[in-house]
Amino acid sequence: MSTRERVLWIVAGIAIVVYALFPVGWIVSLSLKSSDDIANKQFLPTSVSWSNYEQILVGDAAELFLPALRNSFGICIIATFLACVLSMFAAYAIARLDFRGKKLILSTALAVAIFPVISIVTPLFNLWRQIGLYDTWPGLIIPYLSLTLPLSIWTMSAFFREIPWEMEQAAQVDGATTWQAFRKVIVPLATPGVFTTAILAFFIAWNDFAYGISLTSTGASRPVPAALGLFSGASQFESPYGPIAAAAVIVTIPVVVLVLIFQRRIVAGLTNGAVKG
Amino acid sequence: MTTTESTTARPAAGAAPAPRGGSDRARAEQKLGWYLAGPAFAVMLLVTAYPIVQAFYYSLFDYRLTDPENISFVGLKNYAVILTDSIWWTSFGVTVFITVVTVAVELVLGFLLALVMMNALKAIRPVLRAAILIPYAVITVVSAFSWQYAFSLDSGFVNSWFDWLPGVSADTDWFGSTGSSLFVICLAEIWKTTPFVSLLLLAGLAQVPDVLQEAARVDGATWWQRMWKVTLPNMKAAIMVALLFRTLDAFRVFDSVFVMTAGANNTETVSFLAYRQTIARVEIGLGSAVSVLLFLSVVIICIGFIKGFKVDLSQVRGEK
Repeated sequence: MSTRERVLWIVAGIAIVVYALFPVGWIVSLSLKSSDDIANKQFLPTSVSWSNYEQILVGDAAELFLPALRNSFGICIIATFLACVLSMFAAYAIARLDFRGKKLILSTALAVAIFPVISIVTPLFNLWRQIGLYDTWPGLIIPYLSLTLPLSIWTMSAFFREIPWEMEQAAQVDGATTWQAFRKVIVPLATPGVFTTAILAFFIAWNDFAYGISLTSTGASRPVPAALGLFSGASQFESPYGPIAAAAVIVTIPVVVLVLIFQRRIVAGLTNGAVKG
Repeated sequence: MTTTESTTARPAAGAAPAPRGGSDRARAEQKLGWYLAGPAFAVMLLVTAYPIVQAFYYSLFDYRLTDPENISFVGLKNYAVILTDSIWWTSFGVTVFITVVTVAVELVLGFLLALVMMNALKAIRPVLRAAILIPYAVITVVSAFSWQYAFSLDSGFVNSWFDWLPGVSADTDWFGSTGSSLFVICLAEIWKTTPFVSLLLLAGLAQVPDVLQEAARVDGATWWQRMWKVTLPNMKAAIMVALLFRTLDAFRVFDSVFVMTAGANNTETVSFLAYRQTIARVEIGLGSAVSVLLFLSVVIICIGFIKGFKVDLSQVRGEK
């Protein structure tokens, strides 16, 4: 590689990093602006202020934000857990067993994945009101399965296919019981796939807005994205830019950190499920 | 598992119904397979198929939630009302516009990003991969807010940064007209989803055999020729999957529109229209009809892709 080419690739690389970080940097910068600084029409604050964070964590906006944060965490973790358990069994069957309907299950998962969320929202809105699930945790956890399950089934079966299942038999030949062979050989091999799937499923649930905004009405179950979306609508003339930016940073940073730690696995998971070489 | 896999896909489906083909063991496996995969399958149907059937049923009624006594069967009248209303066609046009623009830009941009990641020096490759995942990790709503605030009149920096461009001045109101609002919405969508496209394309790029590239190079093909004649044809499957998934995804655009314009200035999309009818106006009948139409649009796009471009999903999605 010549020096000129080297420089070119490095410049292109820097461009990518700037591209990826720019809007995130902007929202962080905005969250650090004090209220009279918000309209300074500059990218950076003139002086760093933590007042926006104070406002959403202990101030008047805390009663809107903190319950939403709790709801988001609770609902997304439960939905992720359920999706992972269900799809673990399904993916095991798909990767390992020979049975009719395997294709049907995978195509169904695909069909569910492309399903327009809003089309489900309308009937659920009505149904949930009738049976009392409107504005409750289960009322969001159940529809979240429509987001998390298809992805989990696809990603996990792609991972499970890579497992050398013969090793289980090898262990049994060596004198291990079925259970031992499964626990000592298969479980350690399958764990990374399950873990990656869980992260991806969590992201999808965490990102949801349509269900969150349509199927909740109070802080009892409203997740963060929906709370943020409605926060801005509170007053037409004075949007609370700073607090929203601060809340946005709080819900973004943990996910970004998670991504950075597990980037290799996430890339494998994202592409494994979709394009398999 | 590769050997068993290749036999499972079709032969299994064909062999099992044969009268004597299923031994006890095969039957037991069949049963176990459904015991294990059945619950996930049932849940998927329950959370999607059931609601859409319900939506279709409600779409045949004149039904307002605030006036539940006056529910009456109207047949396909709701559909007639929607399809003859300019609101529907405006939102449909906006949705198609956003879909076409974002998907086209994302494919080109995503491919460029994938090329850079593929060819970047080993040392910076992990950095790039980490960076590219950040937009993926940012919630759509947060990304929408970030872009909205960057362009907004009272908090944004875009106007002061780009006032040298023709048409941009300190008081350019980006959210004041349809075109400029859609521009910002598309920008936010593109920023957020290009990484996903580029990762899919990167996986596709990695599948192009080096031997072919080498052979073309030896034969004196230019970089451009190799790109068009070797690289792109060999990653057609990856491109098609990225295209299909992003198109379907873009067609459902909702979050960004809700946050940035709430449908003002004719920026309403089909998803937003369905939301507004059902949740805001509690017109369950009309809203259900819009939902069904949205669903049908997605199905038609999907069938169009699979038939028109011959996207073989079972093949590309790892079921070889």
